[in-house]
Amino acid sequence: MHPAIQGLLTIAFGVGGCVGYFYFSNLVLDRVIFPARGAHIARNIRRANMIRPWLFLLPALLALGLYLAYPVVETLRLSVTERVPGGGSEFVGLANYQQMLAEAKFWEALQNNFLWLLVVPAASTAFGLLAAQLTDRLVWGNIAKSLIFMPMAISFVGAAVIWKLVYDARPEGTDQIGVLNALYIYFGGDGPMRWLTIPFWNSFFLMMVLIWIQTGFAMVILSAALRGIPEETVEAAIVDGAGPFQIFFKIKVPQIMDTIVVVWTTITIVVLKVFDIVFAMTNGQWETQVLANYMYDKLFRANDWGVGSASAMVIMLLVLPILVWNVYNARREMR
Amino acid sequence: MNMIAGEKPALIWALRLSVVLLVGLWLFPTLGLLVSSFRTSDQIATSGWWRAMFPSEQNLTLRTDPPSTQMQEGDLYVIEGRLFAEGTSSEISAWGTSAREPAAYEPGTSAELRRGGTLTVAADGTYRLESAEEISGKRGPRVFVTATVPPEFTLENYETVLISGNSTDNMAKAFFNTLTVTIPATIIPILVAAFAAYALAWMEFPGRALLVAAIVGLLVVPLQLALIPLLKFHNEIGIGKGYIGVWMAHTGFGLPLAIYLLRNYMVGIPRDIIENARVDGATDFMIFVRIILPLSFPALASFAIFQFLWTWNDLLVAMVFLIDATGETTVMTKQIVELLGTRGGNWEILATSAFVSIAVPLAVFFAMQKYLVRGLLAGSVK
Repeated sequence: MHPAIQGLLTIAFGVGGCVGYFYFSNLVLDRVIFPARGAHIARNIRRANMIRPWLFLLPALLALGLYLAYPVVETLRLSVTERVPGGGSEFVGLANYQQMLAEAKFWEALQNNFLWLLVVPAASTAFGLLAAQLTDRLVWGNIAKSLIFMPMAISFVGAAVIWKLVYDARPEGTDQIGVLNALYIYFGGDGPMRWLTIPFWNSFFLMMVLIWIQTGFAMVILSAALRGIPEETVEAAIVDGAGPFQIFFKIKVPQIMDTIVVVWTTITIVVLKVFDIVFAMTNGQWETQVLANYMYDKLFRANDWGVGSASAMVIMLLVLPILVWNVYNARREMR
Repeated sequence: MNMIAGEKPALIWALRLSVVLLVGLWLFPTLGLLVSSFRTSDQIATSGWWRAMFPSEQNLTLRTDPPSTQMQEGDLYVIEGRLFAEGTSSEISAWGTSAREPAAYEPGTSAELRRGGTLTVAADGTYRLESAEEISGKRGPRVFVTATVPPEFTLENYETVLISGNSTDNMAKAFFNTLTVTIPATIIPILVAAFAAYALAWMEFPGRALLVAAIVGLLVVPLQLALIPLLKFHNEIGIGKGYIGVWMAHTGFGLPLAIYLLRNYMVGIPRDIIENARVDGATDFMIFVRIILPLSFPALASFAIFQFLWTWNDLLVAMVFLIDATGETTVMTKQIVELLGTRGGNWEILATSAFVSIAVPLAVFFAMQKYLVRGLLAGSVK
């Protein structure tokens, strides 16, 4: 069967199945199990209303449980087991973790991940704040914003191609077709540099791609927050003789601090999962390895599920504080 | 800011200039890809794309017409013609007959060829090759020219990538595969999430607060954790690698955000509307279909855009759950990564492929930006 027809069938089946499920399960509940008539009408309606929420929730809970909750537990289990030849697995305790901690590549990945965590959220938020403030109240500010926001729609792989062209190097003496090398030579550099192969600094060239993508996201949210600042606070500062920089740093930034934190943590989560950029541009060569790519290497190249799962747990561990903080905030809000 | 800036024109100009600079900086890399996709491989390899708009000086290796076109004029054998294609206006500043001295002669002068005969090349590229004996060989002699070539753009790359290219270059199949992955993976989670969000927003039941908290928690669970357990699961239930698996995976991974966004939006719908409907005897199912769904359109649209962009641009989920050893079901992102690996130097194919894959999300982005922004704000400022 042609995949497109299969796709259409799936849409029809999925949508029809969903609607059918919700419709008929409600019908059965109201007409057959707890009919709203007869001697126990009040009790039946009450019971039907107790069950109904779970009918609405069931498909979502199944999918969430199977695709997100169960894998966390299963990955934890896999990380303390080792596959044995001929199928099955055996418990090996922390051996996978020990093996992982003994690998130089793992430490390189961890170190790079921390570097990414340090640089990318900070730079994206700073650029985003700058762009939001500069375009605020500019007549053509919205056009400028939508152009800075545009990379959000571009895939990490597409962005990798775009930036590979920027970093491209041609042999010495010929015209450079990468902008960075062209500028470098124009301003007196000795010769073309192969930017992505310079250890330590190449990580920053990769980070630039993510910063380029995430700045638009930060800008959109911070710009809405800036708009929400009460006019009077700014006016009062002007009356008191504050300069534009003082207004920005001492009046505006403190008032949107909560939003800045939200933006920062959201980008932090993106950074922890960053995979495509490194995979497409260097594949972890020249000391650019990051955790997500290290994990992919272990799982699908080395076929070592134990160590791969162990490194996935490390990513989970790094996300955990943010998860707890988010849940804590959500619970506080619900009250 | 307005008032202060209003007093200092210099500051306004500094402000505008920095915005222009910032936008330029952000647009420049993408523009490079777009321009490159319309250039030939020679042009891309010899000059930066930012020079594509201007006539450029290039060193070219060309050939005269083959000896089969020679004519006899008296006792001379002659080949006449033009080095450049008809209708182009390139101008030669120097030329030569050997690779060691590619700029030995001025235009308009004549040179002796090593294998006999005299070649005269004019500035506009017309040449005359004279020889006392019959000119032999299959191809005409090589001519090295330094020429100023006018900007020239071509659609050839797009033709290769979309229609005529061989299996590694042609993106048509990957394009349709991507579409096949994306559409069900966008529609199905919306429906499942909408019902769940309604229950979480408007139905009273024990454990509701706990469920909402759990969904907020699942929002940030890295999908890396799900790869192996789910691949195992898919193999056990017999669907292995394929479309069904990738649709299910995208549905699962998209649900937390969908439920979260939709619930936050549905909570904001005025209580009166729903209670009036209840009083009039509407069931929850009817309220949901007739009232909640139409009113939640903006939130549904925001999530649809998110999910579309995310599934279209995805690489990891497709590699793990969809693409098998035959490569029949490859998606565009995967094919581009492969091109990067095997044909890293072929910028014309690479740039065009990348642009084909980002064109659809960009179109969606510009057409529906309003909903995207609204979704972002609802999703993170709460």
